[in-house]
Amino acid sequence: MIRRREMSCRELVELVTEYLEGTLSRRDRKRFEAHIAGCPHCTTYLHQMREVIATLGRLTVDSIAPRAREELLAAFKGWKS
Amino acid sequence: MAERDPSGGAAERSDPELVAALRSGDEGAFASLVDAYSGPLLRLARMYVASDAVAQEVVQETWMGVIRGIDRFEGRSSLRTWIFRILVNVARTRGQREARSVPFSSVADPSGDEPSVDPDRFLGPEGRHPNAWALAPTQWEAPEESLLSGEARSVILEAIQELPPAQREVITLRDVAGWPSREVADALEISDGNQRVLLHRARSKVRTALEAYFGAVEPTAP
Repeated sequence: MIRRREMSCRELVELVTEYLEGTLSRRDRKRFEAHIAGCPHCTTYLHQMREVIATLGRLTVDSIAPRAREELLAAFKGWKS
Repeated sequence: MAERDPSGGAAERSDPELVAALRSGDEGAFASLVDAYSGPLLRLARMYVASDAVAQEVVQETWMGVIRGIDRFEGRSSLRTWIFRILVNVARTRGQREARSVPFSSVADPSGDEPSVDPDRFLGPEGRHPNAWALAPTQWEAPEESLLSGEARSVILEAIQELPPAQREVITLRDVAGWPSREVADALEISDGNQRVLLHRARSKVRTALEAYFGAVEPTAP
């Protein structure tokens, strides 16, 4: 029986999103977690990716100009009344 | 300013409730939709047209399309996806008029090799620790709050601006706007797998940009 090699750091960094999305196979998930458990550098890396995602989720995004918004609300009112 | 999830906003009501409210002329429901989605819509529009001003017009036209079309909405996709598709149609038409049209499918193909981390950062495939870090990431000396303001924030925004359009759109919708993966894939008409690849590449580049900004790397002990 061929045992799959341990996951390398280089392989792990390609799989972070798959890991976080829960789309890794069970075997790869185990390899990923086994690697993380023994590698402080990859633990830092995973933490940073999570930090990026959390930060992006809290960025405010540009939106339409207030005047455009008012015009739209007026148009909605006009259309629906 | 659009918030990620405005309280009492569009994101908290079911589609049938929202559609019924819109059809009955509920202004609050329409306003909450406009506030929740105009930001992401604007960013996507910007991909097709040459200026912020035209992107604003595209979003405006999209909302007019929503007003006119809501009575015909059949609920076969989510309301959000439906709105998004209207935008893509409007934006493509405008983009063609401006001769700057880039079909999304042509930029959304994630084939080709694009490593998440510079390969030089790793040891070779031989030796005791094959493909392990040679130049490892170190913790960013920054509380999360500080990533949201000042220079670090600019670094993040610039990194997103510099992404290829498909990567920029996926990370904008998934991580900035907080859409679920299935909806992003549907709206952009790409597979779930492609969506994940684009998202991963985009996130990796934002991380790399922050790492460069913090100078947070150190050689691993041999």
